Amino acid sequence: MNILKHPALSQWQNQFSSTLFWRKQLKQSLLTLSGLLVFVLCWQLASSQIQTSLGQFPGPAQAAAQWSQLVDEYQAEKQREGAFYLRQQERHAAALAEDPTAELTSLPYRARPTFFSQILTSLQTVLTGFVLASLIAIPLGILIGLSSNLYQVFNPLIQLFKPISPLAWLPLVTLIVSSVDLSSAWGSRSFVVSVCTVMLCSLWPTLLNTAVGVSQVPQDLLNVSKVLRLSWWRHLRIIVLPSAVPMIFTGLRLSLGIAWMVLIAAEMLAQNPGLGKFVWDEFQNGSSDSLSRICVAVLVIGLLGFALDRLMLMLQRKVNWDKTAVSR
Amino acid sequence: MQKTHLELTQVGISFPTEKGPFVALQNVNLHIKKGEFVSLIGHSGCGKSTVLNIVAGLHQATAGGVILNHKEVTEPGPERAVVFQNHSLLPWLTVYQNVELAVKQQSDGKKTKAEIRDWVEHNLELVHMSHALDKRPNEISGGMKQRVGIARALAMQPEVLLMDEPFGALDALTRAHLQDSLMEIQAQLNTTVMMITHDVDEAVLLSDRIVMMTNGPAATIGEILTVDLPRPRHRLQLADDPSYNHYRHQVLSFLYEKQRKVEDLGSKRAEKQQSKTQASA
Repeated sequence: MNILKHPALSQWQNQFSSTLFWRKQLKQSLLTLSGLLVFVLCWQLASSQIQTSLGQFPGPAQAAAQWSQLVDEYQAEKQREGAFYLRQQERHAAALAEDPTAELTSLPYRARPTFFSQILTSLQTVLTGFVLASLIAIPLGILIGLSSNLYQVFNPLIQLFKPISPLAWLPLVTLIVSSVDLSSAWGSRSFVVSVCTVMLCSLWPTLLNTAVGVSQVPQDLLNVSKVLRLSWWRHLRIIVLPSAVPMIFTGLRLSLGIAWMVLIAAEMLAQNPGLGKFVWDEFQNGSSDSLSRICVAVLVIGLLGFALDRLMLMLQRKVNWDKTAVSR
Repeated sequence: MQKTHLELTQVGISFPTEKGPFVALQNVNLHIKKGEFVSLIGHSGCGKSTVLNIVAGLHQATAGGVILNHKEVTEPGPERAVVFQNHSLLPWLTVYQNVELAVKQQSDGKKTKAEIRDWVEHNLELVHMSHALDKRPNEISGGMKQRVGIARALAMQPEVLLMDEPFGALDALTRAHLQDSLMEIQAQLNTTVMMITHDVDEAVLLSDRIVMMTNGPAATIGEILTVDLPRPRHRLQLADDPSYNHYRHQVLSFLYEKQRKVEDLGSKRAEKQQSKTQASA
């Protein structure tokens, strides 16, 4: 078969060559842009009216300036790191030239946390917590969904734990974590506290949605499974799981959203070196730039949350058998 | 034809309710021979599907029992394949995979990969669906889905094919086409078929015997009509056939004279009216 005549390809070509497609794209991007413009205008107007103890509330221009400031700081830090390793290499080379059997000591560079390294920490923390929560919630949700008795047992507990604020969990988690002796493989204490809090809060939507998805497999398909006499494992793999995948992903997306929100609060209080700590430190710092920096952080938090959700959506599109089901 | 193959003896089912047991079905006695085509016809809610589900093993009879080849039916099994009313294909599997699942499950590891492939393709060929092996159920029409459902059931090499209003959701033309296919396949394989239908023409055209059920609760078999028309049958020739029309008339008169559902509703409405006037008085 001529690959150029493949139906999917020609459909794709049609889509991109038609003026209708481009007109639609143009309209969409114009609408998105106008929304952003309205927001920036409102921000500008509102900020000029607000006086705080740290001076005037920053507008978009000040935030943008602070953004480039943060980028500069990051680059400067990178340069210092590069210079440090260069110096170390030179030192080693000199030592080897003097005595080829010399014992070399390599020191790691102790980087000061920059805005961008803090973003990375936050992402690591949230993903660790989210993955752990999912690893618990999906299997447990499947078990609960398969048995109406188990559902009756667990449902009150889920309803009880679901609305608990991360701030309520945090002291308990902190106390428990500090009472347990952690090996260095686990990372720092503040990291573990943040991960555990994120996990405890993001467990519930996935758990509940998985259970509901599993319990709502159509009776017809259950009958098919019975007539075919599928074993428990094949029944689960062939009938139940594919049927529940849309609901599981709904749960996962809700959970990831919650995980990201919880993370910022947890980092503020646990002093995990991520975005939450950045905001808190700037707030405590109270310099004239602090408010602008917090504004930048708030926007970045929003953007990253949005990006995480899009990632989840892409994963869902890949995994889900029903390509028409997932749109937004 | 040979001796009894599938035997329903005093089959009944009742469901516990707050007001005591509700008897949905009772005293159903039916002996079906190998290769026979039997339809169950009756008004909605008369328990036709319940009979089929009991034979399939999806429901358990609370009285009496079902015997297939001298063995009691207690659970579902591949020797009693079911064609469901709304096809019930797994939407995440392709046409081929849907049938393959049934074949793999039934062969239990005894067939080689090539044998499985051949058998799946053979059965899809039988229902004229070889052109859509890699399509998902949502990419094919309702009639095609039902064909695949039939292929899946046939691929299990069942001794009895149980069909629950298999063509009920299809348009008239597609339905006629599939009925012809079914007659052709059944003549070829000599499978015993038990089919539920609402359609009088379908029942007369396809069946060797038509089992007419009385209205529930406590539904049972009202009459059994033996359709003695020669096979192969052609719908066009039969349309003017006096004996064909006679059979139709007998089924219609059972459904609309002896078991009128409309009258039932009328009398219920009258009862309601009466209780209302009593309450207001």
